[in-house]
Parts: sequence; C-alpha cells; structure tokens
Amino acid sequence: MRVSVSWLREYVDLPADLPTGDLEQALVDLGIEVESVVDLAGTVTGQLVVGEVLEIEELTGFKKPIRFCRVNVGAANGTGEPQEIVCGARNFAQGDKVVVILPGGVLPGGFAIGARKTYGRNSHGMICSAKELGLGDDHSGIIVLPPDTTAKPGDDARPVVGLDDVVVEVEITPDRGYALSVRGLARELAHALGVPFRDPGLAPAPGGTAEPAYPVEVHDTAGCDRFAARMVRGIDPTAATPGWMARRLTVAGIRSISLPVDITNYLMLELGQPMHAFDADRITGPLVVRRAEAGEKLTTLDGVARTLAAEDMVICDDTGPVSLAAVMGGETSEVIGGTTDVLFEAAHWDPVMVGRTARRHKLFSEAAKRWERGVDPALPLVAIERAVRLLTEHAGGTAGDEILDLDHVRPMPPVTLPTDLPSRRVGVEYPPERVVALLEQVGCTVVRGPDRLAEDPGEVGVAAGGGDVLTVTPPTWRPDLTDPADLVEEVVRLDGYDRVPSVLPTAPPGRGLTWQQRRRRAVARSLAERGLVEVVAHPFTSPELADQLGLPADDPRRPAVRLANPLSEEEPLLRTTLLGPLLGILRRNLGRGHRDLAIYEIGTVFHPRPGVGRPPAMGVDRRPTDAEFAAADAVVPHQPRHVAVVLAGDVEPAGWWGRGRAACWADAVQAGRDVLAAADIPADRIEVRAVEHAPWHPGRCAALLVDGTVVGYAGELHPAVVTTLELPRRASAMELNLDALPPAPLAPAPTVSTFPPALIDVALVLDESVPAAEVRRTLVEGAGELLEDVRLFDVYAAEQLGAGRRSLAYKLTFRAPDRTLTVEEALAARDAAVALAAQRFGATLRGA
Amino acid sequence: MSYRNDPYDPKQVALLDPAALAEAVATAEKAFAAAADPDALTALRPAHLGDRAPVSLARREIGALPPAAKSDAGKRVNEARRAIESAYAARAEVLEREQAARMLVEERVDVTLPYDRRPRGARHPLSTLMEQISDLFVGMGYEVAEGPEVELEWTNFDALNIPADHPARGLMDTFHIAPESSAVAGDGSGLVLRTHTSPVQARTMLTHKPPIYVVVPGRVYRTDELDATHAPVFHQVEGLVVDKDITMAHLRGTLDHFARAMFGEGAKTRFRPHYFPFTEPSAEFDVWFPEHRDGPRWVEWGGCGMVNPRVLRACGIDPEVYSGFAFGMGIDRTVMFRHGVSDMRDMAEGDVRFTRAFGVGA
Repeated sequence: MRVSVSWLREYVDLPADLPTGDLEQALVDLGIEVESVVDLAGTVTGQLVVGEVLEIEELTGFKKPIRFCRVNVGAANGTGEPQEIVCGARNFAQGDKVVVILPGGVLPGGFAIGARKTYGRNSHGMICSAKELGLGDDHSGIIVLPPDTTAKPGDDARPVVGLDDVVVEVEITPDRGYALSVRGLARELAHALGVPFRDPGLAPAPGGTAEPAYPVEVHDTAGCDRFAARMVRGIDPTAATPGWMARRLTVAGIRSISLPVDITNYLMLELGQPMHAFDADRITGPLVVRRAEAGEKLTTLDGVARTLAAEDMVICDDTGPVSLAAVMGGETSEVIGGTTDVLFEAAHWDPVMVGRTARRHKLFSEAAKRWERGVDPALPLVAIERAVRLLTEHAGGTAGDEILDLDHVRPMPPVTLPTDLPSRRVGVEYPPERVVALLEQVGCTVVRGPDRLAEDPGEVGVAAGGGDVLTVTPPTWRPDLTDPADLVEEVVRLDGYDRVPSVLPTAPPGRGLTWQQRRRRAVARSLAERGLVEVVAHPFTSPELADQLGLPADDPRRPAVRLANPLSEEEPLLRTTLLGPLLGILRRNLGRGHRDLAIYEIGTVFHPRPGVGRPPAMGVDRRPTDAEFAAADAVVPHQPRHVAVVLAGDVEPAGWWGRGRAACWADAVQAGRDVLAAADIPADRIEVRAVEHAPWHPGRCAALLVDGTVVGYAGELHPAVVTTLELPRRASAMELNLDALPPAPLAPAPTVSTFPPALIDVALVLDESVPAAEVRRTLVEGAGELLEDVRLFDVYAAEQLGAGRRSLAYKLTFRAPDRTLTVEEALAARDAAVALAAQRFGATLRGA
Repeated sequence: MSYRNDPYDPKQVALLDPAALAEAVATAEKAFAAAADPDALTALRPAHLGDRAPVSLARREIGALPPAAKSDAGKRVNEARRAIESAYAARAEVLEREQAARMLVEERVDVTLPYDRRPRGARHPLSTLMEQISDLFVGMGYEVAEGPEVELEWTNFDALNIPADHPARGLMDTFHIAPESSAVAGDGSGLVLRTHTSPVQARTMLTHKPPIYVVVPGRVYRTDELDATHAPVFHQVEGLVVDKDITMAHLRGTLDHFARAMFGEGAKTRFRPHYFPFTEPSAEFDVWFPEHRDGPRWVEWGGCGMVNPRVLRACGIDPEVYSGFAFGMGIDRTVMFRHGVSDMRDMAEGDVRFTRAFGVGA
C-alpha cells in the first residue's frame, strides 16, 4: 500500500520535522514492512511547471500517432513564448492544463531532459505522465490537471501534483487488515511515536432508519453480516474529482474514474472499508444478497464474463446478479457518465468466502485483499456518512434521509489473558498495569478478572489473589486478536522487541547425529575426496525421460509423482531416478566447455503409492490419533535418498607424466564400491553381479548387492541413451539407494599376526564368462583360514589360452596367527584354492 | 716342517724389509688417493690388501725368519697392513660421501611441476553449510530431524495454523501434487511439495514428547521461476524447542549464539515484529554481519517466534504446560550473503567451477 504522509497527518500528529528514516524505523518496529519512503520533493529536479496546451498538431507517418504541441508555460522558459514539445500521448485536448518539465530538469531514475530533435521536430522538454514523475504506475497517458486547478501556466507544478509530499509504501502482513488503511497506519504511528491520534473510524454517523434507503434482503447473514446503504439523488454528473483526492488515489496506484467511484476508493484507502456505488437508475427492484447459483453469469467491471460458483456471493436485482459481492461490481449497475442518483453500499462480508471467491476467479482486487485480511464491521455507517458528505459537497444533490443498516454482526468474543502470561512467554517482567495500558492502547477493552465475574467488582479481588487474569475484548478492527498469544504479541510489540533479553536455554543431552545422517555425510565427503563434485539438481523431470532412458514398460521408475501446477509444462514430474536431472547438469557443464566431468548428487527420489487415494481429513483442534496420522502418512509418496554419480571424459587428465585415463564403466562400479565402503558395509557382504538394467549398457552394467539385495547399479550408459541424451561416448553412471543399506555392524577387530607372510602367485586359465568376483570368492573359500589377502594383478587373454578363455593372475598372501608358515603349508593352501577353482570352473594353472 | 730347517736366505725375506713395507704403504696410499669413485677404489683393494698384495706376501715370509726375529717382523707387517686398511677406509668414506653428494645433485627435479593426476572434488556449499549449522546445534544438545519433501497438506499447513482459506496459504506459492487420477479431481491430492521445513516441526511433535530440541535442515519448494534472486527449489534450516518455561528471551539467546558462531563474535541479532501463522508472537530477524563484502551491515536472515499454542495443541502437546520457540532461515540466502554469491542460479545450475571454489568443506 502506498500512501502520502500528508494524508496520515490528517489523523496523527506526526512531528513536523519527522525525518523519513525515523518514520521508516517507527513502522518497522511495529511489524510493518517498509518497501520505500520517498520524499517526492527531491525526486524531480529543475523546472517542473504547469503548462496550458495552446495548439496540437498531429504528426503522421510514424509508427504511432505523435503530437507536436505548443504549450504556454508562462515566463518559466525565460521568453514567455509558447514551448514547443513533441508528445506521444493522446489523452489531452487544446486548453488542458498539463505538467511540463523544461530542458535541464531531471526525472526520477536520473532521466535528464534536454532539447532534442525527435520525429522531425525540435522538442523543448516533456509533458509528463504520473509514472514518469514517480507518482504511480499510470503510463496510459500524461497527467491532465483538473479544470478547477488554480495554478497558472508557469507555476511550479510540484504542489499541484503532490510532489511536495512524502510517500510511504508498506507491505502489510496477512493478519493485520486494519493496517491497509490510512486509519490503521496512523494509529500504528501514534503508538510508535507516542503522539495523538484522531480515529476517523469512530467519527459520528447517524444510525439506520426504520425506512430503508433502498429495499434490500440479505438471504445469507453468515456470508454478509452487515449491509448498509444510503442514496444521494440529483448529483451533477459532470462534477469532477477534486485534485487532492485524485492525487492521493494516484499515489496509491488507483486510477481516477468518476467522482462517486473515486469517493468509494478514497474511503477504502482512508478507512479500510471497501464500498460500492450503484447507479440507482440502473438497478431494478429490490436488491437481494445471496449465494450464487452454480453456473450463474456476471460480467464484472473489468469486462470479464464470469461463471459463478455456488459458494460465491452476489448482489442481485430483478435482472439477476449485478455485483460479485465484496470482490468486484458488475457492468450493468455501475456508475456511468450520466449517473445522477447514487446508492452507496458499505457491507461486511465473511473473509473466508471472499478469499475463496477471489482465488476462484483470480480476482485479487484491492477490496478482496482487505476483506480477506479482515475489515472492521463497525465501519459501514461511518463510511457511508463520509461518502455522502463528500459527494454532496463536490457534486451537489440531496442525501436521502433513509439509512439502511442490516446488522447481524456478533460482538467480538472476549479473550481471557493470565496477567503474567506476557511476562512468562517473553521473558520480560511486564507489570499488570503495563499490560493493561498496552492492550488499551491498541483499542482493547480490558477488565481485570475472569469474564463471568467481570461485572461484579467484588469478586475481582478474589480472582486476582488466586491467579490474576484479564478479560480482554479486542476492538472491532482487530479480528486477528482471538487467542491469549495474540495479546502477548501486542504487549511485546508495543513495548518493543528490542527489550527482549538474550538468554541461552539449556537443552538436555542429545544423542548426536543418527547413523543414517553420519553415513550420508561420510558418503558425500568420500566422493568429494575422490575427485567428484557435488551438485544440487532440481528434481523436476519430463514424461519423455523414461523413454529416453529406455526404461521397460513395467519399470518401477516409470510411475512418477506429478505436479498439478508445474513451473514448466515440459517438466511436470518428480524424479524417480537421480540420473535424469544429474545428466542434465552434466550436459550443461559440457555446454560450458568442461570436458572431463565427475559429478554426484545425494538427494531424494519420489515413488507414488498407487491406489492410496487422498489422506483422510484431520482437524487441528486435537492431535490426530496415531492411527489417523499413520493412515494419512501412508499416502505420502515413498521418498528414499539416493546417491548418483555420472562420469564423462577423463577421470585422470593427461599431463607431463603421460596420457590421461578416460572414465569407464569400471570407475562407475568402483564409485559404487566406494560408497559402500564409506558406508562401512563389510566387503564380504557386498556382491557385484553382471546384470542388464536400463539405462546401462547391457554388457557393461553391474548390480551392487548387499546381503543379496540389490541396492544400486553402475556401469557404462547404453549407447542409445548416450545418443538420445547427447552425452559424450562412454559416459558412465552409478545410482544407489542409500536408504536400502543396512546399518553398519560393529567391526570385529582382526588378529594382527606378527609372523612373516608367504606370498604365492597363481595364474588361472578359465572361461572368460566366469566373473572375476566368482573366482575370487572361490579362491578365498578354497584356501581356507591361512589366506590373508588375495589380489588380482593381471587379466590376460590370448589365442594360445584357447578361444573364449582368459588368464586371471592373483597374488595370494598366506599367514598364520601363531607361527611362521612352512612352504609346504602355504603350497597346500594354494593347491586347495586352485583345486576348488578347477572343480567349479575348470580352471587350470597357467604354465602348469 | 721343512721350512723350519731351511737356511736363512736374506733374499727370501726382502719384503719384510722396513723400507719395502713403507714403500708398499706409500704406494697404496697414493693409489687410493687416485681412485675417483668407490668402484675404482674397490678395484684397487686386491692389489694392496689382497692375497698377492705386498703386505700379504710379507706376512708369509715371516715363517722364514729365525724365531727371535719373528715377533718384530710380525709387528712391522701388521702396522703396515693397518696403515693401508685405514687409508683405504678413509678414502672409501670420502668417496662415498662425494658420491652421495653428487647423486643428490644429479637427482634434482623441478618440484614445481604440477601433479594433479586426480582432479579435486568438492562439496556443494549448501550441503556443507547445512552440516555446519547442524553440528553447531548438535553441540548444544539438539538433534537433527528430517521429513519428506512431498508432504501432507495437513503437516505443511493445517497443523501449523494455516487453514485452507487463510491468505497466508495463498502467499506460500505452493506446488500441489496432482491427484492420482482425474476421477478423484476436485479436492486435489492432499499433498504438496513442502513450502518450508516447518512440517517437520509437526512430525517431531507428533512423535516425540517434550523436551524437544531439534534442528531441521532441508529442501523446500515454491513456485518461483529461477532467476538471480529466486529459485523454485531452495533450502532452509529450522530450529524447534518445546520445553517448560521457554520464553522469547531463550529464542533471542539461541539466535545470538547462532549468529556469533556463523558470523563471528561481533555478530548480533535484531528482531522486527512480523506475522507467521505458526508462531505468536512472531518476528523477522536481522543479523549484524561484520564481514559483509560491502562492509558491516544488518542483513535480513530469517523468521522466528514462540510456537503458536494452536500448533502445540494440534500436535498433542499441552500448551498450558509447555511453550516453545521456532526459527528458520534460508540456507541459499545465507550462502549468498556470507560468500558474496550474487546470482541464485549459480547454486542450482551445478557448474563445477562454482562448487570447486568451496572445496570439500572443513
């Protein structure tokens, strides 16, 4: 909300010389976010003067119509001759008074004005729009000063357009609708600065009369608990909005439309009461306030034909809906150029209803914004009285004697506040009288003692003795004050947040990170230390990804959680594999000229739970039972944490030491083993097995298993995937479900033998289809307990070994815990190992 | 035996002559001195100390001497041999030292050559900052709580006192999860991408009895297009304390401690009243950051407040017995102003140059 300080000063006695910084601080200290405070006087420099348009010459032949104007600027230009100015706007006529900046002036944003040739003419200055002067967003035309402007051509235009004011733009939190008004802001400033405040919302206004101003029936008093109206007849339809009012609307970003409409907008800004002005001649029959019928049609003032829902509320006449209640009026009943009889309406609507209607129709009007945040239900008659006075003052006419007031507003329920609650919650000692004073300052009525005893002063002392409480009735403009905690906030807010001391609480002893959290860190750190770079990808993916990755039709990664409102229609799904987004990041890096890439991510994937439906409805007045919450939680998608790695280019670069080494399937598999090692999974519980699994190369894909359960896959990506996703050849990847890993066992300490080892090499020739992992496992099993270590040091294939056969050379380390092994013992263990390999795989000793 | 009775022959014992022995020693010393390296010296050993060396031959001649002369001659030979041995050893030591020194010179390399055969990896600064903050609070006795990113509307909103039709819900720019099939349409799925880490507050309170001291790092989502200052995916850390007699002063003390740990001893906090549905009273807080790249200043850091009793009640904690505070801040924003990152996109795009600058995170 943008408002000028001069307007605030009408209701709060701000110090005359209040610095803008102090004003801003005062608002911030009360929880009103200040977007900007602008002293308008300093925003336009040079000569900004009133001009009178003498002649307009239409220039043609350009992309848009252009006007060459001669403007009387009095003696401001030093010559007294008309100023020649080229102007692109068309909303003015000969004789209009406009605002001219002369050469040498500078507009907001440092836009310097000079004399220059444009559209084939010399232009000496500029005729300004409100936006160019920083007065608002209206750039649809230049400012045309009202005909009653008394300033003469050549006079300083700043006071005329309000550029001698200070404009404050504030952001109001959703709980404090009352602050969306001059009334509310003035009250807050009065609190902050300790200066007098005159509440325009409490101005005297005549009450409703027995005879209605207009026949009105309210069919739904829950949706509309107050409806007031009064008629003004016989106004001058040509009466213009006074300049001061138009300026204040402009500052607030509201366009001037017509006097009656401007008055309703003005009062909405001033009091916070949204209003409506009907043309009484354009409504027929009594007004009925009711819920809309589903499918009912109404064309609102913005020209949009809307189909209404049964929950919307409408104001109808005999012809049907004439206004979308509380949100926007309708075209057929609005005040128009010839309107002479105006029916002002000020009502009070259910904030929830208005909010839903505004969201349903995507119509976040200024009125809806205020209704949704809460409007003072005590305002309608005050607002009507002000509207009627303003209209008759500026457009003549006669106010009707009848005042309609259908009032079903229920009084604000009182809140019982333990007097010491603010002190107990805030940690500042607030004496009871301070609590009472602060609450009264915001407009509450405070009575000492509990509600039921409040009227009997004799009992108060008793209550005070055994737990002092206050009965606090919030003011009508504070519907947000419903709970004791709300009142606590008011106390600390007005007393000052800066008075809250700093005390460190003592937590009970904690148990540190969980093993899962420690493991995740160990994995992340281990990959980084092995040369991989961590990325944090967005989890949004496209429906095409599953095909691009070549996932089979029944792959569990195909069903995906879908966003109802994705940012990009192309990526409405949440990832079921980290690889999609991670490969996207790989591609982005490649596009930026990086060739050798090793990146990883630890993140969540999302698997929908088919057929679970909606979570059951749960209230908030009590804790859901364990069963209720479990039923709701069962609907939440399964979201395991994965780790994934993608590799492209060289894992080891070329250098003066020699050639580089390209990343390959083996690096990806090793990354998987590294993750399992970092997770402290014992090597003997890990198995690596050749499998075919998309999106990997069917001959170069390993499944990683722990205790016989697949926890991940690794290897080279399928060439078709590489082509489709435009990845470098031989790009490799690993993905593993960290949540599928069992907890690490307590590692048993090994027996560290101090006796010397016996080292024996064996080269086994066997069929190349036998996996090395099987051979290794067999050697370990066959060699028995004396085997300390086995290491594959060579893989060799050659014709002389026989077609389809290869040699695997192992270094076996034997050692006994209690003695030096004899050669015979070591050889016997070796022979046993080889014999088992021979028996299982037909392995023979090479060279034997 | 026959030698013994041999007549004494002066020629046969010529080598035992003192002059001859002195000559042998002098010759050896000269030869050793001429040896250029240990190998050359070793090659000289047989000639001067070997079986056919003059001192060795001289020793043989002793047998030919009359018994009376043997002792004297033996002494002479031994002295000569010792002299040669020590000359040899002395020279050997010199030569070996020289050779070692030469080798050190010859083996000199350019130690400034790069050897980055394993490229450096790096942790993402968002991850390391979340871990650093978690560690700080774990050190204070807190535990690290977590929750799902696709979350129930109930935990993300309702339980936190954000009713369905409250304007605060509209301000959250929420990603909604589509219902499973259009047949269920109308009411939606009841699921959202969590808009803040606060649903973990609700989950923690539902499953733990007070005292509760937890810190919650995590990813959150809002429907903001990615630009220099916004991202649809970002990160928060949230703290929740529920205990007896918890006050706003405790909140402030905790945040002051946090600020000092993150931004140095000169850091402090400032509260501004604000509105959050799940806390009452509520505040936004700024931190005084002495090392800001544009000079010391207040920086908006996060939101906080006393847990709204309505939230406690919805989560099964008696607000008459317990009170609590909660606070939260954007991790991405914190990384940005702490390290001077000027574009939010740098954190999301995954350019390895950006992340490498942060190392593995101490």
